[in-house]
Amino acid sequence: MEQRINALREAMKQQIEQINSKENLAAFWQDFLGKKGSIADLMKGLGTVAKEDRPAMGKVINDFKVQVEEQYRVMSERMEQMELQARNRMEAVDITLPAKKHPQGHLHPLTLVRNEMINVFAGMGFDVFEGPEIEDDDHNFTRLNVPKDHPSRDMQDTFYLENDWLLRTQTSGGQIRVMDAQKPPIKVLVPGRVFRSDSDATHSPMFHQMEGLVVDKGITLCDLQGMLDKFVQQLFDASVRTRLRPSYFPFTEPSVEVDVSCFECAGKGCSLCKHTGWIEVLGGGVVHPKVLENCGIDSSVYSGIAFGIGIERIAMLKYGINNIGLLFENDVRFLKQF
Amino acid sequence: MKVPYSWLKEYVDIDVTAEELQEKLFSCGFEVEELIDLGGEISKVVVAEVKSCEKVEGTHLVICQVNCGEYGDNIQIVTGAPNVYEGMHTPAALDGATLPGGIRIAAKPLKGIPSNGMMCSGEELGLNEDLYPGAEVYGLLDLPKDTVPGTDIREVVGLNDYIFDISVTANRPDCQSILGIAREVAAVLDKELKMPATDYTMTDTTVPGLEIRVDAPDLCPRYLGHAVRNITVGESPRWMRRNLALCGLRSISNVVDITNYVLLEIGQPMHAFDMEQLQEMKIIVRRAADGEKIQTLDEKEFTLTHENLVICDGNRPVALAGIMGGLNSEITDKTTQLLFEAAKFARDNIRRTSRALGQSSDSSARFEKGISEYITELGMARALHLIQELNCGEITSSAFDCSAGAPREGKHFTASLQRINGILGIEVPAEVVLNILRRLNFDVKRDGDTLDVTAPRYREDIEVGEPDLAEEVIREYGYEHVVPTFLKSATVTSGGKNAAQQRRDRTAAILCAQGYNECYTLSFYADSDLDALKIPADAPERNVIRIQNPISEKLSVMRPLLAPSMLNIAVENLKKGNNEGRLFEISNIYIPAENGERPEERPHLGFAAFGDNEDFFTVKGTVEALGEAFRLKFDVERAEDVSYLHPGVSAYILCEGERIGVFGKLANEVTAELKLHKDSKANHRIFLGEIDYDKMMSHAAFSIRYRPLSPFPEVVRDLALIVDEGTTCGSLMTEIARACQNVTDVELFDIYRGEQIGEGRKSMAFKIVFTPADKALAPEDVDRFIKKILGNLKFKLGAEIR
Repeated sequence: MEQRINALREAMKQQIEQINSKENLAAFWQDFLGKKGSIADLMKGLGTVAKEDRPAMGKVINDFKVQVEEQYRVMSERMEQMELQARNRMEAVDITLPAKKHPQGHLHPLTLVRNEMINVFAGMGFDVFEGPEIEDDDHNFTRLNVPKDHPSRDMQDTFYLENDWLLRTQTSGGQIRVMDAQKPPIKVLVPGRVFRSDSDATHSPMFHQMEGLVVDKGITLCDLQGMLDKFVQQLFDASVRTRLRPSYFPFTEPSVEVDVSCFECAGKGCSLCKHTGWIEVLGGGVVHPKVLENCGIDSSVYSGIAFGIGIERIAMLKYGINNIGLLFENDVRFLKQF
Repeated sequence: MKVPYSWLKEYVDIDVTAEELQEKLFSCGFEVEELIDLGGEISKVVVAEVKSCEKVEGTHLVICQVNCGEYGDNIQIVTGAPNVYEGMHTPAALDGATLPGGIRIAAKPLKGIPSNGMMCSGEELGLNEDLYPGAEVYGLLDLPKDTVPGTDIREVVGLNDYIFDISVTANRPDCQSILGIAREVAAVLDKELKMPATDYTMTDTTVPGLEIRVDAPDLCPRYLGHAVRNITVGESPRWMRRNLALCGLRSISNVVDITNYVLLEIGQPMHAFDMEQLQEMKIIVRRAADGEKIQTLDEKEFTLTHENLVICDGNRPVALAGIMGGLNSEITDKTTQLLFEAAKFARDNIRRTSRALGQSSDSSARFEKGISEYITELGMARALHLIQELNCGEITSSAFDCSAGAPREGKHFTASLQRINGILGIEVPAEVVLNILRRLNFDVKRDGDTLDVTAPRYREDIEVGEPDLAEEVIREYGYEHVVPTFLKSATVTSGGKNAAQQRRDRTAAILCAQGYNECYTLSFYADSDLDALKIPADAPERNVIRIQNPISEKLSVMRPLLAPSMLNIAVENLKKGNNEGRLFEISNIYIPAENGERPEERPHLGFAAFGDNEDFFTVKGTVEALGEAFRLKFDVERAEDVSYLHPGVSAYILCEGERIGVFGKLANEVTAELKLHKDSKANHRIFLGEIDYDKMMSHAAFSIRYRPLSPFPEVVRDLALIVDEGTTCGSLMTEIARACQNVTDVELFDIYRGEQIGEGRKSMAFKIVFTPADKALAPEDVDRFIKKILGNLKFKLGAEIR
């Protein structure tokens, strides 16, 4: 009996090693653990064993059964694992095949830049005001201290409509509307479309500006530079600095052009900054007291700073766009890059 | 404006290099756009003394041995110039030399004869007769014998000079002259300004009968005239010719050159009339009569209007004021008596006349920017001084001064030092402020904080008060003194976009998520763009706002619709081979108002989709996604009357019964006329849409209230209906929902046509969702609902269950 068990144990070990499929495994179960299997046979044969040896033999058979069952369990787990792996292998895809696309649209670069700028100034407490694109002489020129005989009022530069209406040439008129409606403290941005009778490689008859205005007590030229430093550092790079240089706008005095140190070459000189280390980005200044007075704000109590940024210019600088026309062509290959 | 370095040095002892001066000018507000090094392209060209000449038989060549001082005293150079002679001093470009125009000279044989360079003509050095005498002689430039062999030629011929091309801001017309810039240079370098001489002596002679009158003082606030007799027209002196040439003007004759010289030097445009040509010895400054004609010096004839100012003699215009003299009174070689004019004309009038007639000149450019009367006086005095200095005429006592009465002093006002510093935000020491203002020729007296200021007469830009002084101070003191502060005294405010602005961002984001790319198109187009969309002549969109002075007809109509713009960019994309695309723009359209009232600007949302994969329903999906985002319920209504859309494949978008927009396939007749390949499928799948943005938003619900979820399960039933072909899906869905309150969703999932159903009929299968209200739905409840729905459908639409 014992010999038979040992022989069976050997046979089991051999058979186990040959199992490589669920069919083999099922056969193994049939052979050993099935109703007509070897262990059932052994159990039946127990009757022929001497009575006193029966409990011991019974235990041996039982131990063997436990062993076989354990083997079976291990093997069936292994088989399941193998099958899972085989299935996974079969289901595997070429992950480099093209994606099933859900087409994603893109915001226009001018919107991206505009929003970025608004976000920076919103953090400083600026509201956003959008004035009308069709303006009158009063808001676009007169109350901004533009002299009656100033060239910018010419038909040459300004688009006129019927009944003396005109297309605003600058968002600065927004300053007037804001100051008419609101008294200091004022911090406001006026982004929008502006129009000038100009069309070539660097000019579009329609473009976008963002005007900024702060009116409060004790606002100075130093504040303009400090505020713009923060702005350009967030917009371009933390290492960027501003430089002020004298300029002229009728609505600010002193007026300045604001250059930033070149963010491409860190001021060393490159083609972007035309080897000067500086890039002109915007104009600004201390609000002319006449402009404040024109809006009923006492210039002996309040002072202001203002600036105007060309959104196209910033977008072109930021994204390396060399022709303003691209911004208005709306070629999808262009739009998808942003 | 072009300013020669050497000319500037006549007025200021400049002790810095041209590059340093460029920096200084930049920092005080005068950007040098270009610093032109006159001899910058010339190198290794030196004075050569020709020691021997040997003609090469049978050629035009001459072998010369030349002495070039330190470069070698016996250099062989072959020349073909006919005027070479032994003992000649002439420029020699040695081996490795460069000449203007990027020409490089190397030692190489000429017809086999070794030559170590090239001897040069004046022209090859970039010279002309005005810059250097003899420069235009054919052949080698014959230099004076006292020139030292080996000397750099640039020093010898005056090419060691620079031209500053300076951009002058619109508020500083006083700097449109060499003297004006010299004043700024003197101030920034803290040097004395040496004024050009303006003294002259008049004889007792007067011109009998000469009369000057200004009839339009609004356009000519100042007019000076001075008669000069016994003119000897001749050549100008070398210094004058050189300075004119450096600024790009050719010398004509002493008298004409004086007028040009004063224009450049002082900034006052001068005119000289041949007095013998003036009829009745009269000068009258007046507006032209409508239709009056003048022929200007350049022999162009102009027909004038009363908007143009003319200078007339007793009978006819003799000059187009401020722009150009008349041919009839031009200075010639035979002129013996002349009348100098120095005037101030209204700058906007000159500008408008110049633009209107398309005629401009150096004079009109100056007048357009603005001339101060101080400059007018100075210019006349300088011109008369030059007549005397050049000894080319007799200055009579016939002098005229017509003035509209403008004050002859500089602006006088008081200012507070503290307020100047308050504008700047820094403390500029009082003595620095005073020093700067005095350097800039302001007359300043200080009494504590108060400054008593008189601005120089030529500074008409200075306005009463501190801001202008603050600017003058900081541009001289230096912007590097500004210490950036971050709004240190400003009130803290909250900021950011308001709710409406945020909604617009969200609209754009939703469209992007639907695959639409944002576009920016011009706000104006042409009538032909509306024609292309077949907009009928009597449609309200044809009532447009027109630009009175458009750049071109193509950009002359303020757009009443975005659709033409959207179609244009779709077509442009297709032309470029971009065969699919989705585009949108949120932008204003413009509507005229009655009685000159403010025109209306309305934001519209325009969109276009094109390509093989697009159809009516892809676009409808986008429209619905937009609605869902703002909790809007959109209905559609067939749009058969939209000229540019296909009558069968287009729809109005309705929101709570109001039409808020339209979308659909581009009409076949519009597509047929597009300049696109007819056989490309993509070209026939263009969809356009336009929504009145504000109207749409007016229906949107912005506050959100949570609705409790039903604790009872929903029940879903499928229902297939047979209807007539003409019955729409929308009408079935509406009636299904209307029949039973528990219906919360109806979705079409199949349409079938076939023999079983019969000709002219179709089967439509719907998935219907029933949501329980306050108790779970039993199957028999749902059966009851279905029965009710079927009853309603049969009654309203003749539908049968399949």
